[in-house]
Amino acid sequence: MSIAAAPALHHEHDTHAGPPRGLGRWLFTTNHKDIGTLYLLFSLMMFFVGGSFALVIRAELFQPGLQIVDPHLFNQLTTLHALVMIFGAVMPAFVGLANWQVPIMIGAPDMALPRMNNWSFWILPFAFALLLSTLFLPGGGPAGGWTLYPPLALQTGQAFPFVILAIHMMGISSIMGAINVIATILNLRAPGMILMKMPLFVWTWLITAFLLIAVMPVLAGAVTMLLADKFFGTSFFNAAGGGDPVMFQHIFWFFGHPEVYIMILPAFGIISQIIPTFARKPLFGYASMVYATASIAFLSFIVWAHHMFTVGMPLAGELFFMYSTMLIAVPTGVKVFNWVSTMWRGSMTFETPMLFAIAFVILFTIGGFSGLMLAIAPADFQYHDTYFVVAHFHYVLVPGAVFSIMAGVYYWLPKWTGHMIDERLGRLHFWLSVVGVNVLFFPQHFLGLAGMPRRIPDYALQFTEFNMISSIGAFLFGFSQLLFLYNVIQTIRGGEPATDQVWEGARGLEWTLPSPTPYHTFTKAPVVE
Amino acid sequence: MACNRIARGGVALGSVLAVWSAGARADFAVNMTPGVTAISREVYDLHMLIFWICVAIGAVVFGVMFWSIYHHRKSRGAVAAQFHESALVEVLWTIVPMLILVAMAVPATKTLIRMADARGADLTIKVTGYQWRWHYEYLNEGIDFFSTLATPQDQIHNTVPKDATYLLEVDRRLVVPVGKKIRILTTAADVIHSWWVPALGWKRDAIPGFINESWTLIEKPGVYRGQCAELCGQDHGFMPVVVDAVPEAEFQQWVANMKAKNLPAAQAANGGQPL
Repeated sequence: MSIAAAPALHHEHDTHAGPPRGLGRWLFTTNHKDIGTLYLLFSLMMFFVGGSFALVIRAELFQPGLQIVDPHLFNQLTTLHALVMIFGAVMPAFVGLANWQVPIMIGAPDMALPRMNNWSFWILPFAFALLLSTLFLPGGGPAGGWTLYPPLALQTGQAFPFVILAIHMMGISSIMGAINVIATILNLRAPGMILMKMPLFVWTWLITAFLLIAVMPVLAGAVTMLLADKFFGTSFFNAAGGGDPVMFQHIFWFFGHPEVYIMILPAFGIISQIIPTFARKPLFGYASMVYATASIAFLSFIVWAHHMFTVGMPLAGELFFMYSTMLIAVPTGVKVFNWVSTMWRGSMTFETPMLFAIAFVILFTIGGFSGLMLAIAPADFQYHDTYFVVAHFHYVLVPGAVFSIMAGVYYWLPKWTGHMIDERLGRLHFWLSVVGVNVLFFPQHFLGLAGMPRRIPDYALQFTEFNMISSIGAFLFGFSQLLFLYNVIQTIRGGEPATDQVWEGARGLEWTLPSPTPYHTFTKAPVVE
Repeated sequence: MACNRIARGGVALGSVLAVWSAGARADFAVNMTPGVTAISREVYDLHMLIFWICVAIGAVVFGVMFWSIYHHRKSRGAVAAQFHESALVEVLWTIVPMLILVAMAVPATKTLIRMADARGADLTIKVTGYQWRWHYEYLNEGIDFFSTLATPQDQIHNTVPKDATYLLEVDRRLVVPVGKKIRILTTAADVIHSWWVPALGWKRDAIPGFINESWTLIEKPGVYRGQCAELCGQDHGFMPVVVDAVPEAEFQQWVANMKAKNLPAAQAANGGQPL
């Protein structure tokens, strides 16, 4: 960073203008920008690790029969792919974006709790070292699915306590990150930045942080009970001992459904920043966006059992969860309508961040439609645990959450580095990704409807063609992401200098700062009229 | 040596060809089938109804969006308007989706209520999931047996060509009569499984310590295939369900034969393993 060479002369009134050099800078940093960078790089690394697991899975599923991996390893890969992508790639990426952006969007000098910030990041590499090390233990890694349903999860071998401890560490990290976001937003806003003037990204993260604090301890409780069942002779989930295996699913999904929104609300925030910029028009329905986000967060607590329609709930339970789940379509629809109305009669240009944002709106909405279909309980009896579900959640997570993260990185990277991205390469990355992701996941709808269960290493012959197509899409999408890596590295190293505003239509405090952002910003709070 | 390699290559090529030709028969199935029961047809109709609702909403929303992307672009000289709210449209696009959802919830609720009513069954079969096979018990007929994957390992490991019913064939099928209301109780002996035959229109989890009740009334004789749908360990992909729906008279004949063979005793003599 250019400010690193701050002259020693200014020492008396600016005690640490620039970062220290060397490894110590990254280990001991309490600077929100450094920590944001660490989170984002870690997330990118995990994205490639989790992605490589997915490519092995798709290679195995390229044709019927067992070719590359045995069923046990296959199950380990599906389990770890999910855990790595959820807890290692998507969530840390959003925390990284929050670290970088929240302070400079609300006019704060840093996060409110900078030392805790350092700690919450540095837990993660250890958590994932622990989790991934299980692949090398006798008996291999966890193979019961990321949902860890007992009794199957209790059949895990030596990996079990490692996985539980890793999940605890990820949870602690997430909770601390969330506390930090809330403390920062509620205490460090610049004068005049009232709540209803906050950028949408800040709003969605504030709500996400409350969700995290509410549900991560629930996950911790659930996995601790599993640990006790396995090692301390309890029978929380053991029917033979008077326990209830379905109770685990209730507890897990009470965490799991809000978790789904933890991974999408910040995405809504990013898209709500990008579309107005490139439409050169204010966000349509700001207030309704905030209320819709809050409604989605509230509803996320009362829909969990739609993941469990087939466990044999009483009719009243099925009806309640079906209705509450259908209701989520209303605030989600409001968001999509608002984005489209923001584009309406705008003056649009289509730089890389905008392309990803538009793809997000379309493909996330397709994922939303299949979600609405899944909400219909009687139809879910057919869809449940098939590739239709796999297609659904990958549509909301990949061209949903992951595209929003990439859009956000392309959007803010010039601000962070002072260099414009390589637009041509960015567009190439976009088109390859958008084609790849649809070739990868769209045929999975067909597979599910035609009757292919999920989490199987081998399949009946009628599923061959669409699996082949899907695998080809997977490799196209997977390898296209190397372009993203290359583009990010090149932008960090150099490129056309970015102006302070970077994008013609960009509005907000972060765009009043110089590009690249100095190491310390808003040491004196700006005043928002 | 070389001969051997060529022979093995021939088998591999043959299996690839077999895969392609079998696939060609499958003609790229893209949708759920209406199935063979009144309930499965209702489920199919619900599926198609919600699908077309989604298509219609998608056409409107994406249509507006693409129109806007085409016309309201800076390169065409579009000047940005500055409006940013409208109470009327915001209320409208909250209420209209709500009404659509209510319209959708009504038939879904009716079907769900019908599916939950297992009263008045003519026959009760208890289905128990094991790692990794199914156990069927005809509660009133005193018949029970295990049903295990019949696909040979050679096919799974690609050394011989695969059958058309690859991974979807068992050693002993679940034989049921058509036109009778069959109550199916699902449970499991070890981990959670899920018993699923797509043609019947539903799946139901088999959970240790729980007995779940479902029912079906198959209208058309035939062989209906499905698979375990809940991850249950390493051979989760290898425990198919095959239902052989036969006319009532044929079913009674089958029951009589099974009783005569005294299958449970024979299985017990075989160490509890399927014969």
